[in-house]
Amino acid sequence: MIPLHQLAPGDDATVAAIHADAALRSRLAALGVRIGQRVRMVRKGRFAGPLHIRLGTTDVILRHRQAGQIEVAR
Amino acid sequence: MKRLALVGMPNTGKSTFFNRVTGASARVGNWPGVTVDLLATRILLGGDMVELVDLPGIYDLHGFADDERIVRHFLEHTRVDLVAVVLNAAQIDRQLTLALQLRDMGVPCVLLLNMSDEARQLGISIDTAAMARDLGLPVALMAAKHGHGHAEAMALLTRALATAKAADPEALRARLAADDRIETDAAAVLKGSVVIPERLPAHLTDRIDRVLLHPWLGLPLFFAVMLLLFQGVFWLGEPLQDALERGFEALRAAALQPLLAFLPAAVQGFLLDGVYAGVVTVAAFVPLIILFFLFMAVVEDSGYLSRAAFLTDALMARLGLDGRSFVMLLMGFGCNVPAAMGTRIMRSRGLRLLTMMVIPVSLCSARLQVFLFLTAAIFTARAAPFVIFSLYVMSFVAALVTAVVFKGRFRNDEPFVLELPPYRLPTLRQIAQRAWLEVQHFLRRATKFIVGGVILVWLLTHLPGGATPGSDATFAGMLGTLFQPVLAPIGIDERLTVALIFGFVAKEVLIGAFAVIFGLEGQALAADLATRMDWVQAYSFMLFTLIYTPCLSTIATLRAEARSAGFATLSVAWSVLLAWLASFAFYQAARHLGY
Repeated sequence: MIPLHQLAPGDDATVAAIHADAALRSRLAALGVRIGQRVRMVRKGRFAGPLHIRLGTTDVILRHRQAGQIEVAR
Repeated sequence: MKRLALVGMPNTGKSTFFNRVTGASARVGNWPGVTVDLLATRILLGGDMVELVDLPGIYDLHGFADDERIVRHFLEHTRVDLVAVVLNAAQIDRQLTLALQLRDMGVPCVLLLNMSDEARQLGISIDTAAMARDLGLPVALMAAKHGHGHAEAMALLTRALATAKAADPEALRARLAADDRIETDAAAVLKGSVVIPERLPAHLTDRIDRVLLHPWLGLPLFFAVMLLLFQGVFWLGEPLQDALERGFEALRAAALQPLLAFLPAAVQGFLLDGVYAGVVTVAAFVPLIILFFLFMAVVEDSGYLSRAAFLTDALMARLGLDGRSFVMLLMGFGCNVPAAMGTRIMRSRGLRLLTMMVIPVSLCSARLQVFLFLTAAIFTARAAPFVIFSLYVMSFVAALVTAVVFKGRFRNDEPFVLELPPYRLPTLRQIAQRAWLEVQHFLRRATKFIVGGVILVWLLTHLPGGATPGSDATFAGMLGTLFQPVLAPIGIDERLTVALIFGFVAKEVLIGAFAVIFGLEGQALAADLATRMDWVQAYSFMLFTLIYTPCLSTIATLRAEARSAGFATLSVAWSVLLAWLASFAFYQAARHLGY
């Protein structure tokens, strides 16, 4: 298992664990970030900018700090 | 009268549906305990008048974002007969939980699946009859943007409303408990009614994103888009503003002056230069606001705004802001008023207030006029471009300082997790409705404040009776003398202080104020100013003018948008302090260096 932000662009993985507080957890869940969900790293912003991920039909951008709280398994 | 509320996730076209139903006749409603604007309107539905309320987009009833608290507060404290849950049919797999949450809370609801066109393109098929049976809720498919399925949706609402019994707000509050069961329920409903293809067809959005979010091209393209937007607003807006002002001027000369000629000169002055000038000040902003929101609606509805947030977030995150704030800050360099109104796209109140703190120090086009005039009068032609450029740099520095100072106070606690919607072509109808609504907002909320302010400044600069307007004998002149101990150390004398009081109304008024105070115009005024102040004084004066306070219209907008006179006061107090500190540092340093 690795933190989500360590995925390289183009990589697919499965969400394995979410270590977020309740506020972030519910936002992530509403956008489709749930345990067992397939996730793809689409691109990474320059200068440690946000990450662009895809879950099913939904594209989401999030910062490294939030991505670090999500663990994925390849 | 029955009340129907629209609830849905962000980016589901909920507001598009609302505008289609209401024809943009909505009014901003006042609701107890709600600190944001909720649009509400009365519509005729099946022969009865119904109040329709558009609630902010939310992901989850249990969420912790500002908007989610607002919706929950609204549902817990207001009687609602029926909730129409608007979801994006193309993302039904993850959005259905919101409908289940509302159903399980005992809220009478119907489900409207919007963007049926996008779902179809993705190969997603939805059996609404099966879904309605499994959910126990009426379900309709529609595409609000194009009006497909609109009649069916309205018929569904009418039928549901006829039999709906309002949920008891008290009971709702009690029932907002944990709901782990919802996930499994959602999966069961989806299994019975929705078919989502294994592999989604390659999307046009991906190809566009490859260019617009390109690691190297993305930012330059973003700045090009912003420049285009910015220039577009002013190329088109300035002639319109000029024409409007000429029209008001002609009306004044042809009708108002002859009509009021029988009144004493002082009363005429009050009515024409006070009241009428205030109305003209308000009207002059209308073309800018319309154009700004025409362009903003395209940027926002197309989905590019979230991309701009992606591109600029790396820098903005360090300032406690995010990419959307940056877009508004840039727009502030055109005009602070629509930029402050535009912050409404931000959902977190802390983030919105911080952005509104920063916008007023942007060097807007009105300030630029003053600086161009003064720079031409005092500096050599070779130095002038550098002077103007340095003022732009100072404006950015002031914005950074403001953000750093206030980021602790206006904390943005919303996690930066944003949906990146697919690119969509906004319809003309959507764009026009948006611009029209924004102008109405501005006129309704800012007119009184602005006209009142213009009248106040007129009184200050013309009273007591008998004093020469703008002279030392007026109240403004007395204030100028009073402030000397504070303003002398930054090189601003009594007469320039009076000009600053005029400039409070609108920065472009400053030059007119010089003309009144010194009794000269154009080239003669420029030559006279050159003998009255040296370059250090002039630069200090410009620095102070840049920061000391935005114009009256901006303050009125800040007050209305923040719904807080305290916030507007804080913003003005901070900018006066920052302006004084900046001018003091510059003026004293320059004098000590022997200039």
